[in-house]
Amino acid sequence: MRTLGPRVQLVLLGVTALLLWFSMPRAQAATEPVNVCVDCHARLEGALKLPVEASASSAHGHKGTGCEICHGGNSTDVAHAKSRGSGFRGHIQRKEIPELCGACHADVNRMKQFNPTLRTDQLAQYRTSVHGIKFAHGDPNVAVCTDCHGVHNILTGTDPRSPVHPLNVAATCARCHSDAALMKSYHLAATQVEDYNDSIHHQAMAVRGDLAAPTCSTCHSSHGAAPPGANSIATVCSTCHVLQAQFFKESPHKSAFAEGCTTCHSAHKIHHPDDNFVGLAAGSACADCHTTDDEGGKNATAIHDHLARFEHSVKDAVSLLGTAERAGMDVGEAGFEINQANEALTKARVRVHTARAAQVDAELETGSKAETRARAAGESALKERDRRRKALLVPVGAIAVVVLSLGICIRELERSGAL
Amino acid sequence: MNAAGRVQTWIDERFDVEEALQPLRDKTVPVHRHSHWYFLGGLTLFLFGVQIATGLLLLLYYRPSASEAYESVQHIMNRVQFGWLVRSIHSWSANLMVFCAFAHMFSVAFARAYRKPRELTWITGVILLFLILGFGFSGYLLPWNTRAYFATKVGTEVAGQVPVIGRAIMIFMRGGEDVTGATLTRFFGLHVVVLPAIAVAMLLSHLLLVQKFGISVPATVENEWQDRPDLRKEMKFFPNFFLRELMAWYIALAVLIALATFLPWETGTKVDPFAPAPPGIKPEWYFLAQFQTLKLIPSHILFVDGEVLGILGFGLGGALWFGLPFIEALLGMRGARLVRLGVTLALTYLAAMSVVGYVAR
Repeated sequence: MRTLGPRVQLVLLGVTALLLWFSMPRAQAATEPVNVCVDCHARLEGALKLPVEASASSAHGHKGTGCEICHGGNSTDVAHAKSRGSGFRGHIQRKEIPELCGACHADVNRMKQFNPTLRTDQLAQYRTSVHGIKFAHGDPNVAVCTDCHGVHNILTGTDPRSPVHPLNVAATCARCHSDAALMKSYHLAATQVEDYNDSIHHQAMAVRGDLAAPTCSTCHSSHGAAPPGANSIATVCSTCHVLQAQFFKESPHKSAFAEGCTTCHSAHKIHHPDDNFVGLAAGSACADCHTTDDEGGKNATAIHDHLARFEHSVKDAVSLLGTAERAGMDVGEAGFEINQANEALTKARVRVHTARAAQVDAELETGSKAETRARAAGESALKERDRRRKALLVPVGAIAVVVLSLGICIRELERSGAL
Repeated sequence: MNAAGRVQTWIDERFDVEEALQPLRDKTVPVHRHSHWYFLGGLTLFLFGVQIATGLLLLLYYRPSASEAYESVQHIMNRVQFGWLVRSIHSWSANLMVFCAFAHMFSVAFARAYRKPRELTWITGVILLFLILGFGFSGYLLPWNTRAYFATKVGTEVAGQVPVIGRAIMIFMRGGEDVTGATLTRFFGLHVVVLPAIAVAMLLSHLLLVQKFGISVPATVENEWQDRPDLRKEMKFFPNFFLRELMAWYIALAVLIALATFLPWETGTKVDPFAPAPPGIKPEWYFLAQFQTLKLIPSHILFVDGEVLGILGFGLGGALWFGLPFIEALLGMRGARLVRLGVTLALTYLAAMSVVGYVAR
């Protein structure tokens, strides 16, 4: 028998490899797991079909978590799919939800398979929350996992479509906490989210798109949701406002303010405080307790006046530098001084929490030196501009004389016929 | 005999200066109603001289590295005696030189001074114009400020769109994938060594050709002179025209000093490669027309990338501009009229696009 040549063998090997390669997707398709729940529910209409579509694009769907994990049953065998023997639960009762979710999400070994950094304390936290405590006492109206996360369409918190994405948390909480009738039964106001939406925190989150800005869960926690107690308010705020909290602790207000930071700033409707927030003018926080006659009032007025005066000086210096810059003078280095002055002003504003004018003044003094240097640089640049403009007359004048002389010279030479 | 006379005699015995200067003494300049356009070439030459003088002074303090370039320019502007004046004159003079070169080129094109035997004068002139634009592009990056950085980024990206060789050109220009300190170093080398060397050689050739063929008379004036020889008027180049040119140079110097005093060239803010491009960033005015064209051109024209088509269009335009004398000759009798129409359209297009580019946000 004639054997095939090495070239023919090579070609045949190549063709076989290609055929195998092309056949691979079909082979894979054939090994895809069967899900009889999806097969049937996909053919149904309305509420019975929706879970199929929602689950497919959910975080669970992406990780291959099948229907049977929550609903029990056998998703691979249509004959036993809903049999009691397969543990089929069907519709899940509301009271079962926290424990059902916790069965996986509180299981460290299970969750580690998906992501070793995933938290597993949600159920434990929930049990300590106001929601969890009331739920344990049989209140069916308080939030359970699905109220915030959704049911079949659960997405990860980093997905902007998720109700627990930082941008959507306030709206998710508002579904219950802005329901006046529901909140009335708990003796709670229903204005928290409305107030929050009018706050600097909401502005930072929704307008500036700063996802690190505080939302409801930042202060109240998410799964362990609870109103911070009077003593822990300063601790909650100090998570971000470290220096303010430190200065507040040193201030005479520490013992006087039963509600800590919220005494001046309110709890949810927190506006950006300007320098008029301190002092005794209308709208200031200090005027609620102090008058012009008491030491605190005098102190507050001094703080306000010193801050306002310094801010005005910095603005003046900036305007001066702007004039010099528009005249083409390079005052870039003076910009660093202005930055330093503004930094000192910010620090001084933080020092307001000490409620001591002397401490505020100490910060302003550092800034004042920088502001003076910036002002001097601006004035010097403007003087230099004027000097240059005056000095310009010398070369331009000399050139004018030369040009005129050249003109006369040409005319005289051409008239005399010398050229 | 005084000392100066003795030095002159000593030189004359060894090198006949008079003989060397004779061609200049014999050189004449036609006098007619368009004679003032003749000043533009000399003005461009003067501004080139200013560039060399101020450039050499800037070299004493400028440091061509990403970590020092901006600071050294700041130092020149704020600490060096008259540093602000030298740098501002260098920048303003660069812009006036580009303007004068363009004006000179268009005056030559409208006067059809490129006609035989001056084709080579035209070609060396167009090369000089491109070299001047090269000076502008390479020098713009050297202060290493934000505007310069992004303008260079966009400019080199445009070069990168040239089919087949574009990417290689872009990598070569940038010294890598992106505009970095390596780009600054090679732009500096290009600006102070390569381009000046080529420009000086080309300038000498251009001047030699002008000297050899004399100054061209516009075709319309030449026809009039042929009909009426009594109207023909000329003046000696040296000293009659030269003294007039000297007046123009002095006036240009005064304008430069005034501009540098009232509008000193800005230092800008230092490059931050990680910062986003500032909104509304534009190239220098002499690249605005091309920039605006690329902005307005549709993304695709008949399955061809619009930007690539635009760049090919610029290439074709440049090639046609080079070949203007030959195109006119090829077109025969109608050549002069068609070329004049083409030059008018080119000028209108460049001016209109530059204005649109300047006004556009």
